Amino acid sequence: MGLLSKKDAKLITDPLADNNPITIQVLGICSALAITADLKASIVMSVAVLFVLALGNVVISLMRNIIPSKIRIIVQLIVVATLVIIVDLILKAFAYELSKTLSVFVGLIITNCIIMGRFEAFALANGPWRSFLDGIGNSLGYGVILIIVGFFRELLGSGTLLGFKVLGDSIEKTGVYAYGYENNGFMLLAPMALITLGIIIWVQRARNTSLIEDN
Amino acid sequence: MARNTDSNVYTVVFATGMVVIVGALLAFVASYFKEQITENKRIEKQQNILYAMGVNENDETSVEFVSKAIVGQEFSKYITKQFVITGTEAVEDPKAYLIDIKKETTAAKNPNYQRRLPFFIGEKDNATFYIIPVRGKGLWDAVWGYVALDTDLVVQGVFFDHAGETPGLGSNIKERFFMDDFKGEHFLDGDTFKGITAAKGNSDPKNLDKTDYEVDAIAGATITGDGISAMLKKDLKLYLPYLKTLKQ
Repeated sequence: MGLLSKKDAKLITDPLADNNPITIQVLGICSALAITADLKASIVMSVAVLFVLALGNVVISLMRNIIPSKIRIIVQLIVVATLVIIVDLILKAFAYELSKTLSVFVGLIITNCIIMGRFEAFALANGPWRSFLDGIGNSLGYGVILIIVGFFRELLGSGTLLGFKVLGDSIEKTGVYAYGYENNGFMLLAPMALITLGIIIWVQRARNTSLIEDN
Repeated sequence: MARNTDSNVYTVVFATGMVVIVGALLAFVASYFKEQITENKRIEKQQNILYAMGVNENDETSVEFVSKAIVGQEFSKYITKQFVITGTEAVEDPKAYLIDIKKETTAAKNPNYQRRLPFFIGEKDNATFYIIPVRGKGLWDAVWGYVALDTDLVVQGVFFDHAGETPGLGSNIKERFFMDDFKGEHFLDGDTFKGITAAKGNSDPKNLDKTDYEVDAIAGATITGDGISAMLKKDLKLYLPYLKTLKQ
């Protein structure tokens, strides 16, 4: 890769697989369970987290030498909350429809532990450019899992993808519904999100046994 | 020079400085955009009211408002009268749509307060619509909307919105499949008020029965659905005395 050094490129590629924020670092689980009932919400949340995490990582990284360690968590929280609120206000003023779509995600982003987790684990100890790449990498890794979970939950729970009735119409009994298939309403609830996530973690660790912790 | 970022004095100074800077920044940004945001909210209200009475640019499945550019003239074209109702008395007021329902609901908790109820009359293709704003509580935050009735007080269209319902579940109240179900629903049995309930077990998913006072609820969004039902019962009832005078 010409643009990035090997070390920098790893910051992007690692979180996509063997150091995934959700399945390995166990960050951002709450939002992965809460908002993955359909694919669209998963995608919107992933994009929003990408912006906030990349930008927040840079800001925290620039401030890393002046933040008092005793109150660093509070400082991190204030930085991310301020960023999100300012972006929300700007969207409300200039892209009102978009801000309506995102409004429910604002609170979820501020309290998302993937943001605080990466600030704490990476941005406080690394320069702005590397922190930016770390932010991009981790939010992509987060997004991939969200989209996989969202895909299965929407497909099996509602029989749709991004709102399109890919399995036929459940009320008119067309497509697979004509053969007696039924949507599984349980997929729409949070417990099935956790089970779906568990299956992803299982598959990942079965394929790469070095990820399994020794006890 | 290396700063001692662990000292108490530095920590307190840093915290104070940060609070001042962030506070000033947020206050500045909020007041700088305030006018624009208020204007956007005003336009949104007009779009929502028009949506409920069927003035929108929907295709098969989407929810499309009339565009921002023409909403002002469309609003004055279709919404022929606006009233503020206090008791059974209605006074015409072209700014009635700007009344803050949330503030009115809070103020109405005081028994001496005469609640002002905004009410709109729309005309489209020679049909008259009565449009009523409603507001209630969902699972996480407020839900609100507009209900358009014909002169027989049968629902002709609704628009719902929410502040923070769960994405993919409760947030679906503003999707077509839910809102369209309300078209043609009755909420009165003769003179008895029944309301409209988002019901789980109504076994009428195609919503063919328009006089069961029920629509099909959204799976996984029980409390949001209950909030919608309660909101419709509570707020439609407020207008009943006035609607009865209109019917005569």
